[in-house]
Amino acid sequence: MSTKTYDAGVKDYRLTYWDPNYTPKETDLLACFKITAQDGVDREEAAAAVCAESSTGTWTTVWTDHFTDMDHYKGRAYRIEDVPGDDTCFYAFIAYPIDLFEEGSITNVLTSLVGNVFGFKAIRALRLEDIRFPLAYVMTCGGPPNGINVERDIMNKYGRPMLGCTIKPKLGLSGKNYGRAVYEALRGGLDFTKDDENVNSQPFMRWKQRFDFVAEGLNQAEDETGERKGHYLNVTGPTMEDTYERAEYAKSLGMRIIMHDFFTAGFTANTSLANWCRDNGMLLHIHRAMHAVVDRNPYHGIHFRVLTKCLRLSGGDHLHSGTVVGKLEGDREATLGWVDLMRDSFIPENRKRGLFFDQDYGTMPGMLPVASGGIHVWHMPALTAIFGDQAVFQFGGGTLGHPWGNAYGAEANRVALEACVMARNEGKNLEAEGKDVLLNAAKHSPALGAALETWKEIKFEFDTVDKLDAGA
Amino acid sequence: MDMTIQNHPSRLDNPQSLKFETFSYLPPMSETQIIAQIEYCFSQDWDCAVEYAELERSMDDYWYMWKLPLFGERDAKKIVQALNDCRDAQPDCLVRLVAYDRKRQSRGMQFVVHKGGL
Repeated sequence: MSTKTYDAGVKDYRLTYWDPNYTPKETDLLACFKITAQDGVDREEAAAAVCAESSTGTWTTVWTDHFTDMDHYKGRAYRIEDVPGDDTCFYAFIAYPIDLFEEGSITNVLTSLVGNVFGFKAIRALRLEDIRFPLAYVMTCGGPPNGINVERDIMNKYGRPMLGCTIKPKLGLSGKNYGRAVYEALRGGLDFTKDDENVNSQPFMRWKQRFDFVAEGLNQAEDETGERKGHYLNVTGPTMEDTYERAEYAKSLGMRIIMHDFFTAGFTANTSLANWCRDNGMLLHIHRAMHAVVDRNPYHGIHFRVLTKCLRLSGGDHLHSGTVVGKLEGDREATLGWVDLMRDSFIPENRKRGLFFDQDYGTMPGMLPVASGGIHVWHMPALTAIFGDQAVFQFGGGTLGHPWGNAYGAEANRVALEACVMARNEGKNLEAEGKDVLLNAAKHSPALGAALETWKEIKFEFDTVDKLDAGA
Repeated sequence: MDMTIQNHPSRLDNPQSLKFETFSYLPPMSETQIIAQIEYCFSQDWDCAVEYAELERSMDDYWYMWKLPLFGERDAKKIVQALNDCRDAQPDCLVRLVAYDRKRQSRGMQFVVHKGGL
């Protein structure tokens, strides 16, 4: 049996953390980093350095290493791949033993994987492209409080995507005027309205007035239409005590869904609120403010597919996904990749969609992707074709900007959506025949006719900044 | 088209303002169109059922079942017949098609076909 003795000083990381012969275990947490190393640092050393700093290592040998079996606890960089079409960086695959992570703590996983290592001098830039959470770890997480099927039963919506609208202007409305905008959109035919992310509890509209007036408008719209409605009441507060207070009050008003900003509030806060929602039978809509700060740069940060997986494990019933067709960033194949990560139980590796690993969620419920941002009725055929039924489409300006007001704007979207779903079910190709489907539907709906006329010239054609790596 | 601002006609005291979830913002379907939707349910491997309810109970989760769900039935005409039989027997009620998705333990589809009582 070999023995190990303490030898002070700085060793090459590769001696301990580069192990190309390692076969990852089913229980290992796997990560793929895109590394841009400093000049003069070779790939194996850079990969091993990232591995060391994100697992057990530090910059110098320490005698206390010898108290434990480092071979059991250390991470291992086990594979290096070229980035297609880009020789300034490379992919490093790292396996971490499951023992390194606290059960059910996304906070702990991220503190390890994207902690100090991102400021490490040996690398110029670093991006966490993907994580494979082993099923054994997934099972320690609560996940979505309700999931897609339960939400459909609560909302009584079957066989079609759901429709929402973010109330605008984003800031500055009084509670009573805000409730008016909600009432009008819901009575016109939407399923959901939504607080914008930065509507919390400002001087112009404290949260309690907002909740009271929204509940009144929502209940009136339900009585009038006979349909179930929801409004994402944003409970994101400055402290968890405030957040819980707002959530409890929303429940006391009989509301079905609340909302949280997971990234600005943090994963610990989000997991706590998700647990509260599960215990209280409340749906949880998740906004993603701040995500683009960390996920948009192709060389540095965290890819959105990683944030998606983390949020699903932390807990949420809805998550914004991008639209593919609207005003915000989102390459089509990459978007479909993370949409699958929100909804499906098992998602196989698929480099064409930027998925570096198989991901098995076991029996964990799925989340509804929310497509929101610069979309209007003309996009409805493409949205229905791209997302299918298991999604929420949110038309903010595309509802409130209707020339006859919110109720007509909502009705236009609802008519367009139902016409698209009916046509799809009849076997029509929505992306080829969408225009005819909409124009035919408008024959019996002046609301839709006016919407089609209003937005006929709008296009959003800018190139995506964060593209999938070429050749993928 | 005439873009003059319109007044929205929805009113609490007018039952015509009531909607019944999916497809209730479209004109009534012809039998051919209903059959196409049923065929779509079959293509998804969903089983059909017929349910009915009084207008004032339309928001309730549980409507009356018309007999039992037609598990395994893949003849769309027989589903249409069940919808019509239910309408004839319960002329004052709403009648809806329900499609059960047993794999997801959910309903793949649900829409009102006959609007008795309105």
